[in-house]
Amino acid sequence: MKPRYLIIIGLVLLAIAPQVLPTFQVTLLNYIGLYALVVLGLVLLTGVGGMTSFGQAAFVGLGAYSTAYLTTTEQLPSWLAWSAGSPWIGLLIGLLLTAAVALFLGALTLKLSGHYLPLGTIAWGISLYYLFGTMSSMGGHTGISGLPSLSLFGVVLDKGEKIYYLIWVILLAAVWITSNLLNSREGRAIRALKGGQLMAESMGVNTFRSKMVIFLISALFAGISGWLYAHTQRFVNPTPFGLSMGIDYLFMALIGGVGSVWGALLGAGILTMLKQWLQDWLPLIMGGNGQYETIVLGLLIVFMMQRSPGGIWPLLVRLAPASWRNQNHIKVDASAENLPRRDLPEKGQLVLEARNVTRRFGGLVANNQMNLQLHAGEVLALIGPNGAGKSTMFNQLSAVDTPSEGEVLFLDQSLKGKTSREVAHMGMSRTFQHVKLLTTMTVLENVALGTHMRGNKGIISASLHIEREEEQRLLKEAQFQLERVGLGEHLYTEAGSLSLGQQRILEIARALCADPCVLLLDEPAAGLRHKEKQALAELLQKLRQEGLAILLVEHDMDFVMNLADRIVVMEFGEKIAEGLPEEIQSNPAVLEAYLGGAE
Amino acid sequence: MNIQIATLLGQDGLTNGAIYALLALSILLVFTVTRILLIPLGEFVTFGALTMAAMQMGKAPNIEWLLLGLVLIDCALDLYQYLKHRAEPKKLKVIALKLSYVVIMIGLLNQLPLSEIPMALQVVLTLCLIVPIGPIMYRLFFQPLAEAPALVLLIVSIALHVAMVGIGLLLFGPEGARTEPFSDSNFRLGSVMLKSQTLWVILVSIFLIVTLFIAFERTLYGKALRATAVNRMGARLQGISPVFAGKATFALAAFIGSASGILIAPITTLYYDSGFIISLKGFVGAIIGGLVSYPIAAIGAVAVGMIEAFSMFWASNYKEIIVFTLIIPFLIWRSMNSHSVEDEE
Repeated sequence: MKPRYLIIIGLVLLAIAPQVLPTFQVTLLNYIGLYALVVLGLVLLTGVGGMTSFGQAAFVGLGAYSTAYLTTTEQLPSWLAWSAGSPWIGLLIGLLLTAAVALFLGALTLKLSGHYLPLGTIAWGISLYYLFGTMSSMGGHTGISGLPSLSLFGVVLDKGEKIYYLIWVILLAAVWITSNLLNSREGRAIRALKGGQLMAESMGVNTFRSKMVIFLISALFAGISGWLYAHTQRFVNPTPFGLSMGIDYLFMALIGGVGSVWGALLGAGILTMLKQWLQDWLPLIMGGNGQYETIVLGLLIVFMMQRSPGGIWPLLVRLAPASWRNQNHIKVDASAENLPRRDLPEKGQLVLEARNVTRRFGGLVANNQMNLQLHAGEVLALIGPNGAGKSTMFNQLSAVDTPSEGEVLFLDQSLKGKTSREVAHMGMSRTFQHVKLLTTMTVLENVALGTHMRGNKGIISASLHIEREEEQRLLKEAQFQLERVGLGEHLYTEAGSLSLGQQRILEIARALCADPCVLLLDEPAAGLRHKEKQALAELLQKLRQEGLAILLVEHDMDFVMNLADRIVVMEFGEKIAEGLPEEIQSNPAVLEAYLGGAE
Repeated sequence: MNIQIATLLGQDGLTNGAIYALLALSILLVFTVTRILLIPLGEFVTFGALTMAAMQMGKAPNIEWLLLGLVLIDCALDLYQYLKHRAEPKKLKVIALKLSYVVIMIGLLNQLPLSEIPMALQVVLTLCLIVPIGPIMYRLFFQPLAEAPALVLLIVSIALHVAMVGIGLLLFGPEGARTEPFSDSNFRLGSVMLKSQTLWVILVSIFLIVTLFIAFERTLYGKALRATAVNRMGARLQGISPVFAGKATFALAAFIGSASGILIAPITTLYYDSGFIISLKGFVGAIIGGLVSYPIAAIGAVAVGMIEAFSMFWASNYKEIIVFTLIIPFLIWRSMNSHSVEDEE
């Protein structure tokens, strides 16, 4: 509980700071707060989502200029006259504009591979800077002065010591919202963006939407910071919203530690102080007065990326005593209601069917005229030597890939043109041949990602944590599935520290959390010990009894022969045999494929 | 607008476009081989131009000290590795070679009457000063991060740009500079006046592009770099050193960058921080080429130059905005054609 005391001490210090510190220091703290708000958005975007933006300063500018224009223009155009120069309307309009630009930029770049967002935001940052500089109604390069002070509950916030409280309250609220969001169903989807997008899509997560959400939130934080800046400074010009400031924001995030919300505060603080200090001292050393601090800062960032890419916050955390860390386990409420389950198809009903599926890669025919059927309450095994085309077939069945000819039917619907996300919503769930886990998240959180489709509370309720009831139900389901597969002791272990066999089992628990009617397992028994294999076989038998349809691709013959109801054997992309396990074992074509023919 | 103005603008556009095309090509080259978006390319442009300008003013350009510093660090690292492994006796020879190269360069710069020597020699000296900075930069800043995620490489690239702008200010001062044109003659084509520097820029650019093309199609080293671009691991297994590929592309980029700077220095006044905007226009070209296609990137870059020139006439205040919003239609088009969800490393 000690970290909580630290936070309380920090809050008390923050509260009394303006009373005891000289004005200059308070101004500095104001700037740190304003910067940290922007950097917080970048932590969300870069540290959590694995994307980055150099255009945050431009969003700050949008927020600042909107309110500056509305509150200082004497003759507003008639369609804006109703705002009557109110800074609060200025905030609203600034945020609307910011959101509109962010949605537009996001729609343009977020579907493309990673480099387009940063490049797009660079172009956006430069364009807006020149736009502010050339538009005469925005004051050109000289800017706009004479902005009114904010007033809140009758108190006019005309001094740095007064607006200080507004800045820091807003910042802390933003920190609270961000950490709430990250610890929720939507937050898990967001955290999966970095390195787990394929997997998240197959769990029904709309990754494009998740990316858009964090890009939007980071832009809005920047917009609010700009609004506060404009009314703190009571003057705006284009300079603080240019690209170099956009780069500085990113540097702050990197220095502080892009993986944690507290890194934002730390980074904004360190860079602001460091810059002050360098600007005081460097001209004395180098002579002349140029912006030589950029040399030091640039090289510092390069050095950090090489030595400690996580920033300074993780280093501090490592220094803290172990008892301070890992305190906030998510608690699972055992009394939460169970989630509703889908109606499974009747046993024996055909659920998944491949009809004459052919898949060519250039001249290579990986699957040739493949047919297979999977029924509810059945375990079908797909086997074959290496290179037989099993994985390609698996991809066709799970809608990751589309057949060149023929089609796959799932519950009587063709999968042509469907994404893996849509198929997940229809009730298909899968595991991966090469495990896809979020290694730094706990086992429980990884599995809870599987429940994504079974919740519906959105971003706003997650940010305010008013969706806790649903969250508990999801977590309870995750815990139940984990206990069912035998990982009940590892709820709070980091997923990356499990053995490979356990990681495969974790994937099955995650797939089950989606409440599927068809389960596709890609080599589930690989890397498992004998006892674990037995447990897995028992589990799959139980699932079969419940009416699930299970298709597995597997190499372990003992495992397959004891478990499967029917077996399909592939070689060179074609089906060479299909039947009951006993038939397959004595099938001459299969023996030849596996052991080589006697000539 | 009449024909006269149109041809003038067209010349401007073509000149700038040729430079942007060169830059776009080296951006693509570096990106495909090393996954690095070389933002500091623009600093090589300004370094090239300002070094030439310093020489023409008869001053030994300060960039010699940057080169000296980088080579000393580089050699110190070499020496450290040599002492640690003692495996490669060749290393000592290499260190000696590198050091004597710098000493000779500094000697030349301080002994020659820089403003009086032929311009061709000034160009050669400038290139000899700047090109080695490229591979050393790769070694010091990017080589330790060769396996890092693309995002980290981008950040380092930006940080390096920020540092290099500061270094540019330190080395060349805040004043802008313009150099003498390669020749004073003007040509007349019908009623149209052609500036000779325009011809120089276009001809040299075409020459460089063709040479690069031949080098990549016909020579073994060119093929090695192409192989690395197609499949890094595969190339490595074939014995192509990724370190070599990185250094070679950075040397090429430094060469193209500084050559571009030398070419345009007689046309526009360049300041220590002008490079960024110039290289970004190369980036616009590269984006139009989808960060993969060389010919489309080159055509796109020329289009950027033309549009920039003509928007100068119609809406000069909005020139930069128009150029950078050019990428929007291409992003829309690419975004509409992209459905797949991919995991990035």
